[in-house]
Amino acid sequence: MKNRAISVKNSVEPGKTDSPSATSAYLGALWAVVWKDLIAELRSRELLSAMLVFSLLVILIFNFALELDPQTRSTVTAGVLWVTFAFAGTLGLNRSMATEKDRGCLDGLLLAPVDRSALYFGKALGNLFFMFSVELIVLPIYSALYNTNLFQSGLLLVIALGSVGYVAVGTLLATMTVQARTREVLLPILLFPLAIPVLIAAVKSSSGFLQGIDTAEIMPWLNLLLVYDVIFTAVAYMVFDFVVEE
Amino acid sequence: MIEVRKLVKRFGLKTVLRGLDFQAQAGEFVALLGPNGAGKTTFLRILASLSRPSLGEVKIAGYRLPDQATAVRRRLGVVSHLPLLYGDLTAEENLKFYGRMYAVPDLGKRIAEVLELVGLAARRRDLVRTFSRGMQQRLAIGRAMLHDPEVMLFDEPHTGLDQEACSMLDGVLREVAARGRTVVMTSHDLARTAELASRFDVLSGGLIAASVERGEIEPNDLLRFYRQAVMEA
Repeated sequence: MKNRAISVKNSVEPGKTDSPSATSAYLGALWAVVWKDLIAELRSRELLSAMLVFSLLVILIFNFALELDPQTRSTVTAGVLWVTFAFAGTLGLNRSMATEKDRGCLDGLLLAPVDRSALYFGKALGNLFFMFSVELIVLPIYSALYNTNLFQSGLLLVIALGSVGYVAVGTLLATMTVQARTREVLLPILLFPLAIPVLIAAVKSSSGFLQGIDTAEIMPWLNLLLVYDVIFTAVAYMVFDFVVEE
Repeated sequence: MIEVRKLVKRFGLKTVLRGLDFQAQAGEFVALLGPNGAGKTTFLRILASLSRPSLGEVKIAGYRLPDQATAVRRRLGVVSHLPLLYGDLTAEENLKFYGRMYAVPDLGKRIAEVLELVGLAARRRDLVRTFSRGMQQRLAIGRAMLHDPEVMLFDEPHTGLDQEACSMLDGVLREVAARGRTVVMTSHDLARTAELASRFDVLSGGLIAASVERGEIEPNDLLRFYRQAVMEA
């Protein structure tokens, strides 16, 4: 390109930006992060394909490994499902933050003049979308392979709540570990101990719904799941700024 | 416009900046020179609100860091040796994303202006991962200028660029300076810096070891000035 004279006038005068309200700027930035993640994933399909292939392989291996009668099946299904979702989720979280590290994009995000929690919620919503997408594909395949109906409203609610809790804490930890050279190893080491309350509550309540246990007996686990969702989200909201700053 | 007093930055036991004082007036173009490891990038990252000072006071456009970081970031444009761009988005989508992050009004028109400015209008729909290093850096400059910031920070922006891209970057830098923006640029390219900056500061030993206005020094003497400042630090 020639070193030409540049005569383009700016449409924004310094210090006179049309500053939108704080809320709309916050929501605009949050949505921009989600939009960017979806568009990039639509192009590359790196994250979803890795999560899906892993999930299907796990389900297939369990299908051959376990000779299941209907009674046993209802007791192990919850465990198999949550092992699949948890490990596939870790793959997705790692990949999602790795794209931010590439070409220094994380710094680009942190330079934006918005409350940094908008970045956290944007990334978390994107991750949640990918996790739900994988779960939506895995559930019918699991149902067909294991001859079990997983499309029960109670179970779907548990999967949604469990995914929210897992992604809430996972997005925060992935942001912390993305700076490390061994981030692929570090994330599961940090994430699984912290996510244990969510995973145990999710497995117990899923198992309860699959075995047809009375809802009143499942409620304590569901409440625990809900409480952990709120706690993890609130903690992540409060500490995200400190996590990303040097 | 930029006021830094007694800035200290420590990483664990290692102290990188040792009570650094720095000032830049509105419209000034300051070249920050110094050897590798002197703390130039650390200093710029603190100005960019990406790193928290251990001690000291940092004010940009009247706003204090880190307490008023959001207001500071609205007035800052940052170009580093990394482009801060997404490879799986097109040039236009990258600018659209950053424009939304900065809530830039009339974004479509502004993106068209910026792409024209950095000479990438014809490649607007191409994925950034297909761009050469020079093209990515040009787009990175466009990204940093999208919201028309009052202060621009350049961290070794010529790194990895060919002569043509360097010339284009120099043109943009002159344009930025001509508009009265305050610029702080770190660089090892003394020849280019000598033509662009209005002041030369040498950062060495965690302090500004020497400072000279452009009018006070012949362009050919910049290397000698730099070496002397580093030796005395």
